[in-house]
This record gives sequence, C-alpha cells and structure tokens, in this order.
Amino acid sequence: MAETVIEARELTRTFGAFTAVDRISFAVAEGEIFGFLGANGAGKTTAIRMLIGLLRPSSGQGIVAGFDVARDPEAVKRQIGYMSQKFSLYADLTVAENIRLYGGIYGLSNAELKAKSADLIERLDLGHARDERVARLPLGWRQKLAFAVALLHEPRIVFLDEPTGGVDPITRRQFWDSIYQAAASGVTLFVTTHYMDEAEYCDRISIMVDGRIAALGEPAALKREQGADSIDEIFVRLARPALAGS
Amino acid sequence: MRTFFGFVRKEFFHLGRDRRTLVVLFGIPLMQMLLFGFALRNEVKDTPVAVVDLSGDPLTRRLASALEASESFRLAATVRNLDEGKKLLAESKAKVLVVFAEDFSEHFGRDGRAEVEILTDGSDPNSARTRVAYANGVVQQELAAVARESGKGAGAPHIEAATRMRFNPSLESTYLFVPGVMALVLTLVSALMTSVTITREKELGTMEVLLVSPLRPFQIIVGKVVPYLGLSFLNVLIILGLSRFAFGVPIVGNVFLLIAESVLYIVCALSLGVLVSTRAETQQAATTGSLSGLMFPTMLLSGFIFPLESMPRVLYWLSHIVPARWFLVIVRGIMLKGVGIAELWPQTLILAAMTTFFLLASVRNFHIRLE
Amino acid sequence: MASISVEGLAKSFGRVPALLPTSFEVAPGEVFGLIGPDGAGKTTLMRLLVSLLLPDAGSARVDGLDVVKDFRELRRRVGYMPGRFSLYQDLSVRENLDFFATIFGASVAENRGLVDDLYLQLEPFEKRRAGALSGGMKQKLALCCALIHRPRVLFLDEPTTGIDAVSRRELWEMLGRLRAAGITLLVSTPYMDEASRCDRVALIEGGRILAIERPGDLAARYRYPLLAVEGGPRIALLEALRSLPQARSVYPFGSTIHFTDQRLGADPAALAAELVGALEGRGLEGLGAQPIEAGIEDVFMALAVDTRQAGEAHHG
Repeated sequence: MAETVIEARELTRTFGAFTAVDRISFAVAEGEIFGFLGANGAGKTTAIRMLIGLLRPSSGQGIVAGFDVARDPEAVKRQIGYMSQKFSLYADLTVAENIRLYGGIYGLSNAELKAKSADLIERLDLGHARDERVARLPLGWRQKLAFAVALLHEPRIVFLDEPTGGVDPITRRQFWDSIYQAAASGVTLFVTTHYMDEAEYCDRISIMVDGRIAALGEPAALKREQGADSIDEIFVRLARPALAGS
Repeated sequence: MRTFFGFVRKEFFHLGRDRRTLVVLFGIPLMQMLLFGFALRNEVKDTPVAVVDLSGDPLTRRLASALEASESFRLAATVRNLDEGKKLLAESKAKVLVVFAEDFSEHFGRDGRAEVEILTDGSDPNSARTRVAYANGVVQQELAAVARESGKGAGAPHIEAATRMRFNPSLESTYLFVPGVMALVLTLVSALMTSVTITREKELGTMEVLLVSPLRPFQIIVGKVVPYLGLSFLNVLIILGLSRFAFGVPIVGNVFLLIAESVLYIVCALSLGVLVSTRAETQQAATTGSLSGLMFPTMLLSGFIFPLESMPRVLYWLSHIVPARWFLVIVRGIMLKGVGIAELWPQTLILAAMTTFFLLASVRNFHIRLE
Repeated sequence: MASISVEGLAKSFGRVPALLPTSFEVAPGEVFGLIGPDGAGKTTLMRLLVSLLLPDAGSARVDGLDVVKDFRELRRRVGYMPGRFSLYQDLSVRENLDFFATIFGASVAENRGLVDDLYLQLEPFEKRRAGALSGGMKQKLALCCALIHRPRVLFLDEPTTGIDAVSRRELWEMLGRLRAAGITLLVSTPYMDEASRCDRVALIEGGRILAIERPGDLAARYRYPLLAVEGGPRIALLEALRSLPQARSVYPFGSTIHFTDQRLGADPAALAAELVGALEGRGLEGLGAQPIEAGIEDVFMALAVDTRQAGEAHHG
C-alpha cells in the first residue's frame, strides 16, 4: 500500500451556526487520482480550502503531504500545485513568461528555472510557440501548459478544479493521458468537478452531500453497490433529497 | 408606455439597492459643496473690510451695515477719502475696500445705476477672488432689497459693480466655486453613472436579453437615462439650496433660467454618458473613459480651476469643445452677474448644438445588435 | 413549415471564421441540441438566430421570419437565454419576473400555466435577491423569465453549464414539459451525455456541423469495431494498446479504454479475444475486452478526426 499523502480526520468547519463541513474523514494514497464531488453548496469548496491551508478547520485534523494544515499551512502550500481550467495562466503573457513567473513564485533558482522551462517546452512540443501569448494558443495546448506549470515545482499533490470542462473530447482525453502520466510518476491528483463523466476517470471518488461524505469508493464498485449505470445517477440519487429540502 | 415605466422602475430598484451608487449620487455632491464651501468660507470669515464712503448718505450707510452684519465681514473702518482707504489696504488693516462713489443714492434713485468699486489685495488671487465675490454679493443683495422696498422694478436692479484688484488688477471678479461644482457633479452623476449602468447590463449579459425583446434601442436609452435626469435635477436643487442657505451665495439672476440651463447641461452630459457606454464593453472601461474623457476636461479645461485666458494656446482652443466651459459661463453669468438669456444666448446655443450632436451620435451608435 | 430553417448561414469575426456555411431545419415542437465544446460556434449560431448578429452569408428563418429583415417581429416571438445567468442580481425573484414580463408587454399572472412548475419552486424565494440564489435556482429563474411571454421558439445557450448534476437533470425535465407544450427548443451544451435528452442533435466543432442525427442513430455513424478494454496499470495498458498495429484510435474512457480496430467489418467478438491474446505476457493485470456500441463521444471524436484530416488534406 502506497503512502498516505492526504488525510482528513473528522475535519469540520462551521460558520456561525452553519456547519459547512461536518466531520469528514478520508485518506488519499500517493499516486492516486481522487475525485471530490458534490452539489453546489455541499461543502466541497470549504473542505478544499482547509486542505490547501487557506481556511482553518474548526475541529478535526487535516494532514497534507505530512504537514498539519492548521499548524503548518505554509509548508502545505509548498507541497501542492493548483490548476483550474478557468484561470491558471496569464493570457496576456507569453508561454515563456508564464513559466518564468510561476517558477519565480515557487522560488526556483535561475539555473533550475532555465533547465526546467527548456525541458517543459520541449516535452510539450511548444518550441515554436515559446514567445506566443497564451491567449493565442489553442485551448488544448493552454491546458497542457497550465498542468505542466502546476507541476513545475515538483509538488506531491496537484489540486485540479474542473480540469476538462467544456473541452472537446479529444483534447480532454489527451489531458487525461497527462494526468495518468503524472499519477504514474507518483504525483497525487485531487480532482473537483461538476462533470460526472470526468469522475469516472478517477481511481476513487467521494460525493459530498450537506457537509458530509455520502459515498466513497472506486467508481465501478460504487456503481455495482448502488446498482446504477453511471456516477451521474448515483450523484442525483444522493444529492436530490438534500437539495429538495433546502 | 407600461413597458417604459416598468423599465424606469427597475432602474430605481437598482439605485435603491446599491449603497455605493447612492453615495456617489448624493454623497459626492454634498461633500464637494461642503469642502469647497467651508474651505472658502473660512477664508472670508470676518474679513476686515473698509468702506470708503464718498457719498455718506443713508443708503451707503445701510450698505456698510449690511457688510458689517454679514458673517463674512467685519467693518474695520469707514473713511471719507480713497487714499486713506488704500493706506488701510496696504497696511493690511483691511483686506477689502468697498468704495461708494459720490452721489451714490442720487444715481441709484434716478436711473437704478450706481457705482460701487471693490478693491482688494490680490496677492493671494484665489481668496482675493472669493472676497471680492462675497463683498459684491452682499452689496448687490442689499441693493436689490432696497429696490424691492421702494417698489422699483420687480427684478434685480442694474448695478454695475466695478471691482478691481489692487496689486493684481487683471483677475476675474466672478470667481465662485458653485458653478464649477455644479458642472463637476452633473458630469459625474449624469455621464459617469449612465455609462456605468449601461455597461453593467452588457457585462451581466442582460443587455442581450433586452436586445432580443420588443424594446427599441431608444426606449432602452431613455429608460436608462430618465432616472439619472431626475437625480441630477435633484442635485441641482441641492447644490443651489446649499449655496444659497448654507453659504449665503446669492443668485443674482433668474433662478428659473438657471435651472433650465442646468437641465440642458444634464441632457448633454447624459448623452455623453450613453456615447461612452456604446464604446465601452465593461464597467471598468466605462469608468476610465468617463473619468479621463469627461471628468478631467470638466475639471481642468472648463475654467473651473484654471482661468481659461492664462492657458497655453492649444489647451485654450481645446477648451472650446468642453461643454462645461460654456455651462460655466452661463452659470456664472446668471448667478453672479444677473445677466439673462439676452446675453447668454450664444453659449446656450453652443451647448444645445453639442447636446443634439451627442444625442444623435449616441442613438446612432447604440446598436440593435451585438455588433 | 419548419420552425427554424437555416441555409448556408456563415459568420466570421475579422479573419477568424466562427461559423462555416451551415444548413439545417428544426421541426415545430422539436428539441434540437447543439452539442460541442467551447469555441465550437454554438453561441455564434444562436446569436445569429435571435438576430443579435448579422450573418456574412446565407439566411435563416425562425417561425417563418427572416432573422435579418423581420428582426423586430422575431424578437417578439422568440425567447432567449444567454450563456450566463443573465438576471438582475440585485433585484428579487419577483421583480426580475415582473420586469421581463413588462418589457414583453405580458404579465406574470396570464402566463402562469406555462411556467407553473418552475414558479412553484421559485415561489418560496420570491423576495430573495437573484444574486443570493443557488446556481440551479438562478437558472430556473432565468428560464422562467425567458418563457414569460410564451415564445414559440426558445433558444437556450448552455443552460446546464456551471450547475450541478441534480439541477441539470431538473432543468432537462422542465425542457421536456415545454416540448410537450409545443414550444420548439434549440439548446446548446458542451455535455455530450445530454444528447439523449434531445429529439435530434447537431454535433458541432470548429464552426462546422459534423453530423445531425437522432441520438439513437448516432451509434450507427461509427463504422469501425469498438472494444472496451480494462486492465492495469492504466498507463502501461494505454501504451500497449497504442503500439498494436490494428489500433485505429485508443482513448481513455472513465475506468476503461476504448479501442477502435481499423479492420472494417471484422467480427468484434473475435477481435476482442485476439486483443486480449496479443496483450498477454506484457505484465498487465486484470485484462479484459468486450465489444461495445459507440457512444456519442466516440462518434464525435471519430467525426472530428475525419473532418480535421479532410481539412488538412484539402489544404495540403
């Protein structure tokens, strides 16, 4: 069994009388692709903010890459990368400028940065587009670049927020290829998404409903257990009663 | 018509819900008035004034005590010859010298024309202007009261107050902050706010829905503009009220003419706002456009802060296309000199022409589609 | 008469073509889906049809009206919900409804019937500001506003983007009821799995319509044998499959991998057995392969690849 890199133990967050995240517990292993699902307002965002050290838990514990998220949030931030489809790169900067910027933010030395950016540009086959503004790249390339940049400082965990929403199916699959590659090299991927079919690509998924984890397991196993054809069906079954009540 | 009122009602909902907008709408005019008002009032508070009374009749004595009674002035001395007065001025025992010519009441009684000369120490031009304007105001007001009492002419009597600055004689005497603040506030409220409210709909995506509805472009524009017309009008009343009652700045000329000219300027500023919004896609762009394209010229090129005559040639010519420049001439004329449309028709005509032009341009540029 | 008829409609922005010449028809009361990724030209096509954009070429009629010449009458008869929550966030639910009713010269009361289901769900929140609603509720309100004047044709641009799976499902259920009420619906979406909710779909990419089909007939557009392969480690399996000479395409599909064999007309079951045999001895675990029917994404990708290749051949 691989090492555990994310662990939530009874993690809780309240805002006044409202409990946004209610004693959730789960563990994610190194190299795992973990899907974190939930309806709007189910507490997903709050949970993630706690795990990346942006929000203090009210009670319970979160351990990310060996560091406690409450005691050592800065150490946690150094160990993680983040990518969202919407705003990971500066569209008005060039490819090289974006790489430089992120390298600088994570404190890479000039020599490291030079070597890494050359390597990255070659690996992504972006040599001809080095000095092209990101806004002018096709969406698929932009996405690959954003992911590569998120991996630049060799984080142990990368948080992906709806990484392939709205993308054409071919580009989407190319992107999953690179996610699989990252996972195979030992990076843990924590994916949040509205797209239920995106969830099917994950090794394991959890579904949050009303601040609690209502289901957790491998997509295929969950479908078997619940007698459902798709994750979408399971999701609706779990989340609908909760929403109807609100 | 129901459609139109529904639209206007919605605009008022927006206004009522957004505290920041309300602050801009009413807070800024108030703040401007109070800031300028108190800053300048303190300058003229208890200013020592010397009266050179060459006439020495009951009327001039009445005017002297009017000066004494006003908060702005303190009567330092009344002297009977000009040289003595000038000496007081030079020794800074008096800051303002009000000179009533010989046979003052006789002239005033006979043909309603009387000669007052106001002299001041012009070494500090800004406060000098203000002091002269205030002294002028007090004298004019009192004379108007006298004329009313004696049943001579319903309106303001025609009094030529020759004002001269000692040591700096070329300065304008008609300086007062109210016209400038009015131009500034009306530009802000009318142009900036309309351009922002229209581009907000573009950003939200609601403009798309409005366009794909039976509403005509001019209905959308007018619906957007009418609430701000009303609010700007309210602002005019607030500013005039404040200046008259809180700061004692007189309105020498016809109030209704002043209000009518203000409405003309409001419409001009509103159409400029619409014009900006047809070009800008975001609220941010609209704000930047309105500030740099409208607010700054209104402040700097209208003669509000810097006198037009002393501007570099290029800027002076440029000032001709700034609507506020003409508006300022009109407001100063009515408020301070008491002149009417007979004198102000050229400026009014220019402003009206500009308004028509901007109005047409904005309706033309407001597309019925997204392109 | 067709409810929407499009003939050779095309639009570019500057030198960038957003929509290549396109023709299709939508029958009255039909739910017609425009399915494709971001930037495919869906929004451009919608905006052309609701008279927000002028076409460069071609023509289109909606409910018998020309989208350029008769745009005023057209705007009375259609409903349009743009791709964002185009509501006044600072107005309450009720105020939004009243406003949109007024600008169409309608009233909420006289059109309750059509939007009753939606309205009942919104009623408890009548006084709440639209900005404080959840994404799903906002979208229901926007739909309600778009329906308030009883349009004959309703255009919905990505109504299900950004809302969760539950709200998405409810929205589609509502669209089903509108269809029953005889309203023609043109709906765009980037979610391929929503195709099954439509009577017919147009697959669109790069400004070009790849295919127009009933959802049930889409699978038939897939000509090559398709196998779902499982096994692990996944990355090794992907590489192994791609190295096979008979591979036409290899794509990860959730927990399985879709493998297309390039031998047209071969027996899929035999191909599956052959495939598992070929992969044995490569250190892969839990191997299995079975023939499957192509889904919409398989079809979309195959058509997109064909079209792109045809385009390249044409240019080359």
